[in-house]
Amino acid sequence: MAQAVSPSKGMTFGEMGSALAFAALALLSIIIAAKAYTPGYAFHAYLFAAASVAAVFTIVNRYYERPLEPPPLTIGGKPNYNMGPVKFATIASVFWGIAGFTIGLLIALQLAFPALNFDTAWLSFGRMRPLHTSAVIFAFGGNVLIASSFYVVQRTCRARMVGDIAPWFVVLGYNFFIVIAGTGYLLGITQGKEYAEPEWYADLFLTIVWVTYFLVFLGTVMRRKEPHIYVANWFYLAFILTIAVLHLGNNAAIPVSIFSPKSYIVWSGVQDALVQWWYGHNAVGFFLTAGFLAIMYYFIPKRAERPVYSYRLSIIHFWSLIFMYIWAGPHHLHYTALPDWAQTLGMVFSVMLWMPSWGGMINGLMTLSGAWDKLRTDPVLRLMVVSVAFYGMATFEGPLMSVKAVNSLSHYTDWTIGHVHAGALGWVAYISFGAIYCLVPWLWNKKELYSMKAVSWHFWISTLGIVLYISSMWVAGILQGLMWRAYTSLGFLEYSFIETVEAMNPFYVIRALGGAFFVAGSLIMAWNVWKTISVGEAVEEAPQAMQPVLVAAE
Amino acid sequence: MPAAYKFFAEFAQTWGLLYFLAVFLAVLIYALAPSRKDRFDAASRMPLQED
Repeated sequence: MAQAVSPSKGMTFGEMGSALAFAALALLSIIIAAKAYTPGYAFHAYLFAAASVAAVFTIVNRYYERPLEPPPLTIGGKPNYNMGPVKFATIASVFWGIAGFTIGLLIALQLAFPALNFDTAWLSFGRMRPLHTSAVIFAFGGNVLIASSFYVVQRTCRARMVGDIAPWFVVLGYNFFIVIAGTGYLLGITQGKEYAEPEWYADLFLTIVWVTYFLVFLGTVMRRKEPHIYVANWFYLAFILTIAVLHLGNNAAIPVSIFSPKSYIVWSGVQDALVQWWYGHNAVGFFLTAGFLAIMYYFIPKRAERPVYSYRLSIIHFWSLIFMYIWAGPHHLHYTALPDWAQTLGMVFSVMLWMPSWGGMINGLMTLSGAWDKLRTDPVLRLMVVSVAFYGMATFEGPLMSVKAVNSLSHYTDWTIGHVHAGALGWVAYISFGAIYCLVPWLWNKKELYSMKAVSWHFWISTLGIVLYISSMWVAGILQGLMWRAYTSLGFLEYSFIETVEAMNPFYVIRALGGAFFVAGSLIMAWNVWKTISVGEAVEEAPQAMQPVLVAAE
Repeated sequence: MPAAYKFFAEFAQTWGLLYFLAVFLAVLIYALAPSRKDRFDAASRMPLQED
């Protein structure tokens, strides 16, 4: 480290600024921890303080360890990609995936066997359910999106990611937000808005992380060597920008005090409901759809070694999808106090969404034309193609369920849960597994995954799990909906509520079994990823251009 | 308030519809114009390029 501290070496603005900002955050957190109204909030303030101190330490330490010059943008004419944050987010997604699926299995079992909450507040369904949804959507899915977006934007722009500390702040800050959100649910800190449960201070922190994410992504696009912005980057950009707008709109809350975790939303009554489902449905549309479509548009052509089937269709797909999704939210509020025309508007836009959704599905599937034989030999491609098929199925079912007449039967029943999991397990998780299986060998310079057989096992076990899950929920949901609306000849309700609950039991057991298969599949993936990184066969490094440089350095 | 509600609802139901139609037509023209064929064919191969 003798050369590290040379007289001309100084901290960059970014290093100095972020170290000072984290020091200020640490101080503020300690003050809040001391005066916090509730122990749960004090615990979170201490977590913020500890993380901020660790950040200051890491930034200063990194400054002493680093060479004088910042990393070069290109090495030997090739872009010098920044893949460290991508690697972290990839590993984090595997970890959070297993955690989220396992909690899902626990709450599925709790519905079949209620004793499994062990009579504790922390393990009660009401706290574990948001923990499950946030862990799978935001922790697992979010890390896959951050990892793949940072990878794809660098590769398709042929440029090193913008920023030095910023990409690390995005990845680590986002995962710290996950920890705050998740521990908050366990402690009972929630603002009670579905998929937007974290309280105001976590939301504020996420806003800073997310704006940084947007700037890093946009800056990298602006640094591109390619004149054309590839369609996957358009989808990523729409995802990042829209989530920022949704997050701000739905979390416009005023805290009781800076020392209290509790806040009140500025919207009231039916307006709050509308804003919540404008947010909620677009979390599906832009987080779980646009972001993962970006993965589809990069990873499927890459893996199949075929160009995108129709690039023109992908452009029409993009613009029509983002223009329509934003209006579909009111279908969550059929037969409520929401004005009737707004309900109909939500329904009509949902039905119209079928077209761009299926256009995208056809585009993804037909990209395999000329390479269909690879489905037999490459289980990773099989995962991704089946995911696109599930996307088509879920986006057919969704518009159907948004029709008022169908919704009157399906709403509040397990049919909705089945529909969501057809999309979440079949589409989102499968395309994510495909992306992880592609990314791990690429990032760690391995020839292939450690075991293709294990990928095949993962595929079949979790497919069996999904089939058990969604078919049991279809039967359960329709049975439930029909029992709720059954009348006797005298006009009384035929079934008491507890009778409908009893009728669900066998389906809940089948669903939990399906979930157990899905968890088992994800454990196989974690093992395979671990083995690939630790003992996978390395790509033999023979870049001829590099040789003279290495000799000269010696 | 009811007047404002009526105004916005009517605006959305007429001009909103026309606006969407215009945007959709613009997208179709942009995507399908024959002059952009080569550009888009090249773009469809972007994931396959190596450094």
